[in-house]
Amino acid sequence: MAKVKGDIIIDIEKCKGCELCAASCPQDSLELSRKLNSKGYHYIVKIEDNCTGCTNCALVCPDGIIKVYRKTEKKKEKIAIISNVTGDMTITVNS
Amino acid sequence: MNEKTMTEEQHYADVIAEESICTNENLVFEKTNVLTDTPMHYCPGCGHGVAHRLIAEAIDELDIQDKTIGVAPVGCSVFMYNYMDIDMTEAPHGRASAVATGIKRVLPDKYVFSYQGDGDLAAIGTGETIHTCNRGENILIVFINNGIYGMTGGQMAPTTLVGMKTTTTPFGREVEVMGNPLKITELIAQLPGVYYCTRVAVNNPVNVRRAKKAILNGFKYQELKKGLSFVEVVSNCPSNWKMTPVESNKWMEENMFAFYPLGDLKVPANQPAAGKGE
Repeated sequence: MAKVKGDIIIDIEKCKGCELCAASCPQDSLELSRKLNSKGYHYIVKIEDNCTGCTNCALVCPDGIIKVYRKTEKKKEKIAIISNVTGDMTITVNS
Repeated sequence: MNEKTMTEEQHYADVIAEESICTNENLVFEKTNVLTDTPMHYCPGCGHGVAHRLIAEAIDELDIQDKTIGVAPVGCSVFMYNYMDIDMTEAPHGRASAVATGIKRVLPDKYVFSYQGDGDLAAIGTGETIHTCNRGENILIVFINNGIYGMTGGQMAPTTLVGMKTTTTPFGREVEVMGNPLKITELIAQLPGVYYCTRVAVNNPVNVRRAKKAILNGFKYQELKKGLSFVEVVSNCPSNWKMTPVESNKWMEENMFAFYPLGDLKVPANQPAAGKGE
């Protein structure tokens, strides 16, 4: 099965802390920071490392400050199992 | 020793570079370049920001940035021309559709849209709106309905729901005194000049995707020159509804959607529907 890994970059200086992204995140990986940005708003931060790159947060963000990245990693599949080999053997894999 | 630490650092740097997926080839969502980098002045959680972005994305997708002229209204979105990297003008209160008519008639090969709120389009500009729609001008009207006058401090608008508290109706809107809320989208959907009429919302990712499709269709139908496209966006106003953004979206789903049901009101024949599910 392919594994999907995502990541987001938040422009914290433009964040107004409305939490709409946190409410729409299916993985619950966003939360308000206790720190403030230069405008005096608590900004949103990613607290979990389980992002799937679904873009839900970026779609509902009124200020368009979230960049979303997604990568699909394919697992290495087993081609063949070789057992009870006696003597020399040559294996050629065409991929 | 020093050499060894250097190589270790390099090794970790390589590992980090490998693990980070924030590269351009993996980028799946970014703010479009049609929106400028100016921070928006809207309150936290306001639906105007999403509506602006959807219009910008539609312009970007159709590649009509240099052929689009927008008309900003009076209201919270009066500074819309600061946020969109296209040609825009500013109309007097309620007259955005009339100004858009003039621009479209002088420059018929341009894509013209007006962006209006409910106090602008449904109260002061009712006459202009209805006659623009009845004449069937080839423009797109994006109507933001949040049931309140946002910029002036939360007064009652024609679209305010029955029982909704505003600064001019502190005990809730009464039908005997203030009349019934106005469903202007249903009103203009009957007019023969209107080619496409739909109601969308921007409260969750599903509705945002549908809203984008509707706005995209509105721009596309201008090429056909068959009439006006009207997209109503049911939005929120956290500041004047006196709620947090998340609460206001929930309140909107429970109360606004009951009176203003989402979906297409008028879809041209042989054209794909946008407001309904994918």
